[in-house]
Amino acid sequence: MNIILNNTPETIDGKEISIAQLLILKNFIFKMLVIKVNEQIVKKQDYETTIVKDGDNVVVLHLVSGG
Amino acid sequence: MLLESLKGKTVGIAGCGGLGSNCAIALARIGIGKLIIADFDIIVQSNLNRQYFFIDQLGMYKVDALQTNIKRVNTDVIVEKHCLKLSTDNITQLFKNCDVIVEAFDLAEMKKMLIETVLTEMPEKFIISGSGMAGWGNNNTIKTINYEKLYICGDLTTEISENTPPLAPRVGIVANMQANQVVEILLNKQNQ
Repeated sequence: MNIILNNTPETIDGKEISIAQLLILKNFIFKMLVIKVNEQIVKKQDYETTIVKDGDNVVVLHLVSGG
Repeated sequence: MLLESLKGKTVGIAGCGGLGSNCAIALARIGIGKLIIADFDIIVQSNLNRQYFFIDQLGMYKVDALQTNIKRVNTDVIVEKHCLKLSTDNITQLFKNCDVIVEAFDLAEMKKMLIETVLTEMPEKFIISGSGMAGWGNNNTIKTINYEKLYICGDLTTEISENTPPLAPRVGIVANMQANQVVEILLNKQNQ
């Protein structure tokens, strides 16, 4: 399937993938993430149950301390 | 002149440390109409390596000192100050009349909390966040990325640590990039 991940087109094996699986696949190892799927915020407790499908627009933002 | 329209605009500044104090002063200098500033902290010596405060302001609440400094730059700016800790309970109410909200916290979990709250509860608002500005050098790693109404300024990777403290040059760059993005959004809105 084809998705947009952080403004970049990506091809992922299979027809769907959970956010939790996507984070492992794409090696997002940091803790403090803001995740949006099709403009909807996905909370941490929903990473396992939120499913990404063909055509979805996914944003994974890694926030670091400092300011 | 186009800049005149900034007089009618309100910007929320969430946090008055390195990012918030410098961003607020930049916006005050160019004639923003109103700033809503929020922070619960007082000024300590270690803040002076990057934050827009002075030695004689040590011990003051940041919102009080920042209001004074804004007025010393531009008496026309209306300052609404809130000396409190921002949370999911008060963000929506505090910033409801802002055209743009600037995320200016130091801690990543607070950045996350503000971004998620604004994108969920106030999806019509623009939010400009800062992430990754510790240490020194590496000018060209600092950039702005944009996802719909969310903008992130910084290098997105350099976290504060013993070897990479937050310092005036890079924090100032990001604070001013945030201010620059605010102006771009406000003036583009004006044109539409």
